[in-house]
Amino acid sequence: MSINLHPALFLILGGLILPLFRGKVRQALLIIFPLLGFINLLGYESGDFWSLYFGGYDLEVLRVDKLSLIFGYLFHLAAFLAAIYSLHLKDGLQHMTGLMYAGSAVGAVFAGDLLTLFIFWELLAITSVFQIWARRTSRSRASGLRYLLIHVTSGLILLTGAALQYQNTGSLSFKHMELASVSSYLIFIAFGIKCAFPLLHTWVVDSYPEATPTGTVFLCSFTTKTAVYALARGFEGTEQLIWIGAIMSMFPIFYAVIENDMRRVLSYSMINQIGFMVVGIGLGAGMGVNGAVAHAFSHIIYKGLLFMSMGAVLFRTGRINCSDLGGLYKSMPFTTGFCIVGASSISAFPLFSGFISKSMVMQAAADQGHLFIWLALLFASAGVFHHAGIKVPYFAFFSQDSGIRCKEAPLNMLIAMWGGAFLCIFIGCYPWPLYSMLPYPVDYLPYTATHVLLQLQVLFFSALAFAYLKLSGAYPPELKSVSIDIDWTYRRLLPRFISAVVRVGAPLRDKISHACRSLIERGIGLIQRHHGPEGIFERTWLTGSIVMMVTIALAAYLIYYF
Amino acid sequence: MENHSPDEGNQSSKEEKHIFDNPKNVKRLIRILFSICFVLFIMDFIIHRHLSFEEGELSVEAWPGFYAVYGFVACVVLVLVGKQMQKLLMRREDYYEH
Repeated sequence: MSINLHPALFLILGGLILPLFRGKVRQALLIIFPLLGFINLLGYESGDFWSLYFGGYDLEVLRVDKLSLIFGYLFHLAAFLAAIYSLHLKDGLQHMTGLMYAGSAVGAVFAGDLLTLFIFWELLAITSVFQIWARRTSRSRASGLRYLLIHVTSGLILLTGAALQYQNTGSLSFKHMELASVSSYLIFIAFGIKCAFPLLHTWVVDSYPEATPTGTVFLCSFTTKTAVYALARGFEGTEQLIWIGAIMSMFPIFYAVIENDMRRVLSYSMINQIGFMVVGIGLGAGMGVNGAVAHAFSHIIYKGLLFMSMGAVLFRTGRINCSDLGGLYKSMPFTTGFCIVGASSISAFPLFSGFISKSMVMQAAADQGHLFIWLALLFASAGVFHHAGIKVPYFAFFSQDSGIRCKEAPLNMLIAMWGGAFLCIFIGCYPWPLYSMLPYPVDYLPYTATHVLLQLQVLFFSALAFAYLKLSGAYPPELKSVSIDIDWTYRRLLPRFISAVVRVGAPLRDKISHACRSLIERGIGLIQRHHGPEGIFERTWLTGSIVMMVTIALAAYLIYYF
Repeated sequence: MENHSPDEGNQSSKEEKHIFDNPKNVKRLIRILFSICFVLFIMDFIIHRHLSFEEGELSVEAWPGFYAVYGFVACVVLVLVGKQMQKLLMRREDYYEH
């Protein structure tokens, strides 16, 4: 076997040198680096590792097994498609940070110890924020700053957890943990922030819709899926994850129904899909984790495809709100078709990629007798079809004609979308190559009459409900609006609280400082009176009067003790 | 950087007719949806579905049309709850800018 380079090297170093080139050369390199990285990665096999003794610590900077390999392949694939999608950009910064961002994700999934993981974890945050800032609006600046703050915090919590683990066990190695010690809880929370656990999820829906059209395609692939990997590695079979995942799959669908910004709808549905993965990880080794990893694989492709189609709409029309769009199938027929393929995949229609992976998680839940979880996931399946499957394509491309006429998406975007759509259908029809890459042996047949019928019934009757609500006028109108979420607490409540404190506090502070000052002034006056030039203690006293006073004092003393 | 070039409206008279400009086609699509739903419902009587859970854990799933009804009700509930949430959570578009 030839000497291999670290899997993240091509993407990170490639990204770094990219700005040295211009025009066609840079475009070519942008596509070549993910390919080279992929070829390099093919040289690795399960069991390979690199250890390093650094600064007194035993670090395992590279650990290869089936779990890390499948994510490694997946990230290269996603980087490749996103690179093609962003080929038309003149903005070198986005190209550079995009590749480095993908490289950081690759580095993180091959990290065998917590310190290496931490480094890539923070690198993920720093490189990805430029995809948001590159939009160059005041909104994106603020949103990017919040994004960075949350992710750097996640990294610091991870570092604290790692340090505590080292103190307790003497090892930095990143392997399966029981959720018991303080260190494991800290690491769990750090992963949870990046994985968009409920209440910690707001950064996704805050920042992804503010990124550039191409930026969101990069963003949706790497950060949360690195966290899914980390959870699968560290907390497989942790029961709390089943419940957390079920909540994640449920609550965002309500938001997605009322949200106006298409990319925010997709961000909510992304949390919902990650919920399925988190449930799978919680269900544990075998079918559960297999389902979670398979779902992460198909998810990155179809979610990327959906964000690509909405990015193309934003790029061509400059609009992204349901209330502003409609009738675009006339101008962008290919984008419409690709969006429908993505929508069918996320809805898990048979023959599309979502079906062969989501059904594994559902099957694992049923096999372990989790009735409520099963019903919750089924509800979430109907819900995701409703908003991502129907709402997104319907309001963008069909619905009322908005009168917008634009050009079809640029060729590079169409090629990237074609690639995504092809994979969605290929994986859906022929899942065996994907199944063979999963971390555990697969003993599962997705296409049984029961599965297919059950899924089709749920989906078509959901569509029937949409049609019924739409025709009867009960469907809520798409309004120009934002919906407040938990981020309201730190974007509104906290500033309000602080300004209230300032408002109440300022007069109080003035009063206190006034009182203090007058007290001090009085003190100074007192001292001045006694010790000043005219003060009683500063006067020159006659010797005779002092002798007199001493005599009186002595006389008093004598009388007292006599 | 972004390419905004929507030339809006005002050309519908010259423009070629598209498939859903004809209300008949929309009706046809809805009718197809109804028929597919009907066929899927009937299939419950023809195909013997294996139960997802063991006997007794979720006995209603054996009823014909259980999953169809579940999907329909789920979506209606989803939208109705969403409408209520809208009242509570919806703010002006520039809410956070002020």
